[in-house]
Amino acid sequence: MTAQQETAPVSAGRGEPLVVLSDVQKHFGQLHALKDIELTVTRGEVVVVIGPSGSGKSTLCRTINRLETIDEGTITLDGQPLPQEGKALAALRAEVGMVFQSFNLFAHKTILENVTLGPIKVRGMKKEAADTKARELLERVGVGHQAEKYPAQLSGGQQQRVAIARALAMEPKVMLFDEPTSALDPEMIKEVLDVMVDLAEQGMTMIVVTHEMGFARTAADRVVFMADGAIVEEGTPEEFFTNPKSDRAKDFLGKILKH
Amino acid sequence: MEAVLSSFDEYLKAFALTIGLFLVSGLLSLIWGTILAVFRVGPVAILNKAAAVYVTLFRNTPLLMIFIFMAIAMPVLGYNFTFVEDWEIAGYNVSAFFVRSTIALTLYTSAFVCEAVRSGVNAVPLGQAEAGRAIGLTFAQSMKLVVLPQAMRAVIPPMTSVQIALVKNTSVAAAFGMAEAVATMRALTNNNADQRTGIFLAFAIGYIIIVEVVSLSSHAIERKVKVAR
Repeated sequence: MTAQQETAPVSAGRGEPLVVLSDVQKHFGQLHALKDIELTVTRGEVVVVIGPSGSGKSTLCRTINRLETIDEGTITLDGQPLPQEGKALAALRAEVGMVFQSFNLFAHKTILENVTLGPIKVRGMKKEAADTKARELLERVGVGHQAEKYPAQLSGGQQQRVAIARALAMEPKVMLFDEPTSALDPEMIKEVLDVMVDLAEQGMTMIVVTHEMGFARTAADRVVFMADGAIVEEGTPEEFFTNPKSDRAKDFLGKILKH
Repeated sequence: MEAVLSSFDEYLKAFALTIGLFLVSGLLSLIWGTILAVFRVGPVAILNKAAAVYVTLFRNTPLLMIFIFMAIAMPVLGYNFTFVEDWEIAGYNVSAFFVRSTIALTLYTSAFVCEAVRSGVNAVPLGQAEAGRAIGLTFAQSMKLVVLPQAMRAVIPPMTSVQIALVKNTSVAAAFGMAEAVATMRALTNNNADQRTGIFLAFAIGYIIIVEVVSLSSHAIERKVKVAR
C-alpha cells in the first residue's frame, strides 16, 4: 500500500522515466516479433502506439507486464527490472493496470466483485473499504448503477469501462491499453475513449495501443509508430500526423486517413 | 425377492457400505484429481510431467489390477494398513479392507477426474486467466478464484459420468473381502438359488437409486451454476 500512497498525486515526479524498454527482442518461432525495441515512458506521459496489424504493438504492450516473455533485453518499471516469475511477478503486475481488447471481465463474478477482487485478494483490503472504493470507481466510469449485474448483462462499452475501473482499483503506476476499442460497436467507442481522455488529463501514465487516431491526436503526448516488429518513428501527434518522416508511416497514414 | 426382504438388514448394510466406499473415494478423488489437473495446466514442468505420467499409469490400468496391487503387493511391501483398525469413527471400527479399497478406487478415479477438470479448464477462455494475472493474482489464486470456478461449470456433466462409474466400480471391492452390495448379492443368491432373478432385480434397483441420486444432484448443481452468471 505504501508504494501507492507515495505515488498518489500522480503528477508528482512527472517526467521521470517510469517504464524503460532497452534492446528488447522477441521471437515467435521464425517470426521476429519485436526488434531492438528502445522505449522510455516517463511518469504522467501518454504514449500511443500505432501501426499496421501484425506490427508487434500488442506484443510490446503485453511484454510490459510480462504476459509475454522477452528473449533478450531488459524492461524496468520504476527502476526495477521485471521479475521472472512467482510472487514478485504477481506484485509487479499489481502495479501495472491492463485493459484488454476483449474486456476479459471475470464472467462468474458481479461487476462489483470484478472490481474488488484485486484489492481484497492482492492488496488485503477489507471488503467494505474495497466495495466503497469500487463503487466510486464504477461511478466515475459511468456504470455505478450496474454494480450487481454480471458482465454478460452489460454492453461492450460498459464492460470495457468496468475493465478500466477494475485496473484502476489497484492504483497502478501505469495503465496498459491493448486495443481497448477494437472489439466495440462504433457508438460505444466514444464512451470508452472519454474515460481514457479523463484519465490522461488526471495525469495517469498510459501506454495505449489503438487504431483511434482521434484519441492519439487529442490525448497523446507522443505517438510511437511500429511496423514489422520495430519502432519506425516517434514524435508528438502534431509532428507525426502532419509531417511523418518515414515512408512506412506515410504509407500507413495514407491508407487510414484517406476516406 | 423374499430372500432380500427377509434379510433386508443385510441388504441395507451392503448398500450402506457401497455408499460409504463411493462417498469417501468420490470426495478424495475430486480433491486429488483437481490437484493433479492444476499440476497439468500449471507452469511447473516437473509437476506437469509427473501428473501426466500418473494419469497415463492409472487411467490405462484395469481397476482390478490396482485392487490386487493394494490387497496383495502392498502388504508384502509392508503396507497392510492394519494400523487403521485401532481407529474408531462415530462408534465404528475402521477396517483395513475399507481403507485399501478406497485407496485403490481413489487412485484410479483421480486420473479420470483430472482429465475431466482439465477439459473444463481448457474451456475457460485464456483471457480470464490473463486478466487474473494482470491484477496481480498469483497462479494459485487465479486458478482458485477465476479459472476453476468457471471450469466447474463445464466439468459437471463429464464429472457426473466419472462419479457414476465410481459408484459401480465399488463392486470390484467385493472380490477383496468387502461385504458391499455385489458381495452380499452373491451370498444371497448362493443361499437362495431359486430366487436369483428377484435378488438380482433388488440389487439392480439399489444401484439405480444411488446413481439417480448422483445424477439428480448433478442436475441441481448444474442449474444453480447456470443461474449465477
